[in-house]
Amino acid sequence: MLSSPTVRTSLIFLAIALVGLLFADIAITASNPWRDLGNFFLGIVTPNFFSSEGLMTALLRTVAFAFVGVALGGVAGFLLALVYRSLPVRMFCAFIRAIHELFWALIFLQFFGFHPLTGVLAIAIPYAGIFAKVYSEILEEADPEPGRALPPGTGIVSAFLYTRIPDCWVKMRTYTAYRLECGLRSSAILGFVGLPTLGFYLEASFSQGLYSDAGAMLILFYILIATMPLWVRPKLLPVYILGAPFFLGEGLPIVWGNVQRFFTEDIVPAPLRNGEGLAGLTPWLNDLMINEAMPGIWNTIVLTQIALVATGIISLLAFPLISNHFGGPLRRNAGHVALVIARSTPEYILAYILLQLWGPSMLPAVVALALHNGGIIGHLIGRQTSSIKLRPDAPSGLNRYGWELVPRVYRSFLAFLFYRWEIIMRETAILGILGIYTLGFYVDSAIQNIRFDRAMVLILVTALLNIGVDTLGRYIRRKLALQTMPTC
Amino acid sequence: MSGFDFSGLTASFSGKRVIGPLSLDVKPGEKIALVGKSGAGKSTLIRLIHERVNRDSSLIPQELGLVSALSVFHNVFMGQLDKHSTWYNTVTLARPFAKDRADVNTLLQLLGMTEKLWTPTASLSGGQRQRVAIGRALYRNASILLADEPVSALDGPMANSVMTLLRDRFSTSIIALHDVELALSYCTRIVGIQDGQIALDESSAKLVASDIMSLY
Repeated sequence: MLSSPTVRTSLIFLAIALVGLLFADIAITASNPWRDLGNFFLGIVTPNFFSSEGLMTALLRTVAFAFVGVALGGVAGFLLALVYRSLPVRMFCAFIRAIHELFWALIFLQFFGFHPLTGVLAIAIPYAGIFAKVYSEILEEADPEPGRALPPGTGIVSAFLYTRIPDCWVKMRTYTAYRLECGLRSSAILGFVGLPTLGFYLEASFSQGLYSDAGAMLILFYILIATMPLWVRPKLLPVYILGAPFFLGEGLPIVWGNVQRFFTEDIVPAPLRNGEGLAGLTPWLNDLMINEAMPGIWNTIVLTQIALVATGIISLLAFPLISNHFGGPLRRNAGHVALVIARSTPEYILAYILLQLWGPSMLPAVVALALHNGGIIGHLIGRQTSSIKLRPDAPSGLNRYGWELVPRVYRSFLAFLFYRWEIIMRETAILGILGIYTLGFYVDSAIQNIRFDRAMVLILVTALLNIGVDTLGRYIRRKLALQTMPTC
Repeated sequence: MSGFDFSGLTASFSGKRVIGPLSLDVKPGEKIALVGKSGAGKSTLIRLIHERVNRDSSLIPQELGLVSALSVFHNVFMGQLDKHSTWYNTVTLARPFAKDRADVNTLLQLLGMTEKLWTPTASLSGGQRQRVAIGRALYRNASILLADEPVSALDGPMANSVMTLLRDRFSTSIIALHDVELALSYCTRIVGIQDGQIALDESSAKLVASDIMSLY
């Protein structure tokens, strides 16, 4: 077993996470966490859908921001995909998708304020980077034969429309629909920085202890996502996309003076702004790196590694819930519901809820990341095992799990896990906004203190860290010859 | 029009010479069959000739080169993409013009598959897919036909009627065929390929099937 590279890699990552646990701040600090948790679940089973009309508006805004953001990101991403061969374009896309939606929102909030454009761009920009990458991969995989059989002299556009698009259409449509689901989650959490979507309503309900209101919101969100195949229809899409901009809300008008000040003053490093010149820049940067970036990077990495392994464990435990090799249809349906809930709840919302209940530490973040990502990977792996045909006399129970199924799906399990490594790190950084000392915490503090120059440098550091992990993850996947489809 | 003089045709695959150097002189009006066992280099030769003549040829590659998601009409229409403007092609993708519809339909009548005009080629059988690629080559209407096993998936009567069609529609043609009988009945000149070289080059009137069998 130890000679297998996949097992060795897994053990190395397990060891790193265990060492990380020694340094991590894992604790439950709330005085009565279980009572709070009990109250919360009581709220979920006694949802109050009629407490305020704000709930329906928030739901509508969430859908509207998702549609406009994903549509804009999709169009921009498609155009970028056409020139994705060029290295600068690839680097640009890697950079814009390495910055989390919430960071983009925090940046735009500083100069556009609470204008709808802030929320739309916060989704559209990182999504454009992701769409560009995935669309270009899909276009690359198109069958090259029809192109070779074309009459010479056929225009580039005609050739593209006839030989590439039809071949890629279904895949691109499936992926875009899937991204729309991700967009709904992104849109919901934008509320946490003050945009009028579900997150805003959730935070308000929680802070007043209105658990039944929060429960109603969560249930409506699950229904919204679970019924997507029913209401997202190709024929209705133009209606949604053209209509959505009218439901983003008024927000507050853009003050163009702020926009100008942000770019010409706010984000200029303080020593330069104060005329200290380049000599003052070094101590400023040193201070920023040692006191904020370094601790932020350290905590982000520790938390990411622990959450990654916890995600792996949850995935391996969760996939039998929906695999048709175990139990009857009743238990499998219950398993499906559990995994849908785990993966439809954005990790940010899960972390927020657990943090309210258990008090600040890394624990809520680890549990939130593991539940959400474990739900996604468990769902994908479980579905994969259901297509495996076992011999009629295959062992059952734990032996079936350990001898027949896990060895068969372990490689694709690792592929998904390493694919999500970068996503987990991006989320880990952003969870700092909730008060865990990852990079997001330092970004948020810098913004609170109106030191946008420092915030921008820290966001840049975060982006570079994500790009680094993404590269490392891709290297490991290539080294172990693991292949996967994109997930979000 | 003048014929084609292909000289110095060579191809290598991972350092190993698979074709040539060989020369082939094609006179206008000639219908050449390339015969020889599989792996002899017939497909490579067709590809090399296609690279030389490019603009003036109708091509039926062995892989057919159909776009599975598009309908039979659109796959056939692709034979004339170079003759229309981009906007015309784009509109046709969404809603074909009546004249093109009629033209393609007439062509499909000859191939016996008008009822499939709007079916995506992904859901067609192997023989039907092959006939779509033939339809595309006919619609292209170039002066020379280059075809690689164009009737391999068709049954006897259909193979014969398609070969007749190809013979009547193209004045000059070079067709790779493994079926010796078809080669003798529909082509005027037989070129046998063996180990990447021309091993036989004779008017088909002077040959019988057994002369060709020695190549296999």
